[in-house]
Amino acid sequence: MAVRKKYTTVSIPTTLYERIKTIMEGTGFKSVSDYVTYVLREVVAMHEMERMSKPFSEEDVKRIKERLKALGYL
Amino acid sequence: MMVSIPHGGRLVNRVSSDREGLLREVCDLPSIEIGLDEALDAENIAYGVYSPLEGFMNYGEFSSVLEDMRLPSDIPWTIPIVLDVDEGAILSIREGDDVVLKYSSEPVAVMTVEEVYRFDRRLYAQRVFGTLDPNHPGVSKTLKMKEFLIGGPITLIRETPNPYEKYTLRPVETRVLFEERGWRTVAGFQTRNAPHLGHEYIQKSALVFTDGLFINPVIGRKKSGDFRDEVILAAYEALVGNYYPKNTVVLSILRYEMKYAGPREAIHHAIMRKNFGCTHFIVGRDHAGVGDYYKPYEAWDIFREFPDLGITPLFVREFFYCRKCSGMANDKTCPHGEGHRVRFSGTEIRRMLLNGERPPPELMRPEVVDVILKFEKPFVED
Repeated sequence: MAVRKKYTTVSIPTTLYERIKTIMEGTGFKSVSDYVTYVLREVVAMHEMERMSKPFSEEDVKRIKERLKALGYL
Repeated sequence: MMVSIPHGGRLVNRVSSDREGLLREVCDLPSIEIGLDEALDAENIAYGVYSPLEGFMNYGEFSSVLEDMRLPSDIPWTIPIVLDVDEGAILSIREGDDVVLKYSSEPVAVMTVEEVYRFDRRLYAQRVFGTLDPNHPGVSKTLKMKEFLIGGPITLIRETPNPYEKYTLRPVETRVLFEERGWRTVAGFQTRNAPHLGHEYIQKSALVFTDGLFINPVIGRKKSGDFRDEVILAAYEALVGNYYPKNTVVLSILRYEMKYAGPREAIHHAIMRKNFGCTHFIVGRDHAGVGDYYKPYEAWDIFREFPDLGITPLFVREFFYCRKCSGMANDKTCPHGEGHRVRFSGTEIRRMLLNGERPPPELMRPEVVDVILKFEKPFVED
């Protein structure tokens, strides 16, 4: 079974690295990498949400509404 | 307008569109008998409650969830969804085979076996439950699991018998319902109990900020002394009918086996409610806990590790009745001492109801008490 590499390296400006080190003091993050991972996950999740389309068709919706009515929810 | 997006971006649908045809096709396939908990897991996978999972976890997913609390795709996921089998079962199964999963000898799903693998039960228990104490119900169950796990996508053929079909909504249905009601924000509430005023005030605190409330009791295996499922539903009907504005609440059940994994399970509960369309999830005191294995608000801390969870946790402290305030309050809103406070003790409320006594109205709504006392046996017995 191939072992999947868990981490990779991304370059950021040294000046930014130093700024992050300063602001993360007292935040509970153990390293700049942890902090950057946290922030990027938040940003990536936000962008993914913006790109999502409706998960079901109009035909699905019609059928579902009929069942919801039959059960007394609508 | 759309309520929250499904976890992983897509609502999974693994329900066969030709059940009769599939049943005919699978009659010659090897089969594995599974328990109710695994059958319910199969239903939850198929209907998208566990989106983005499409089947029981393979090794990569399982180990990633144990070690990193994420799927290999980096999506947050904290509880393994696995199918354990014994050595006898795997003799007739090879990777790539289709097998029928049967519950009570009836086919419920077809699984394409991607992987058969061994696992370390103790590592599983330690990572998920944070303890190896065999008195912990989740640890006890994990240590008794069979030797192998099989992973792969499933297709649901049919559901297990469900006495509460009227209260069973699938994620695709709740999403349409929330939209029909014009809700942009929905708070999910997980429960295993008949409601007292403490529950009601937690829910209403959330409802102050959201358009709707999704009350989603877990229905399934119970332990002795728990409220019976039909009592919980009847009690909630009485509460919602009498004390909530019309069209602010959806009451629907979740068929699922509690793991009692505390913080990790709180994340799992939030993910499931996100898939139902909730934008917010109420996390209370000792969420998904049991005994004193987890600190009262430990489940709150773990949410900080998931900025990309995609559902907002609402951390609400427990309420009590304050005699000096003459009303419901909690630690954040009441300055008075413990001597003025009436705490909501589930044990005490149960004791009163068992003895046919009426809990006072500052603990439980009279309409809810009436409904519970109509049941000859409101609690699960040994």
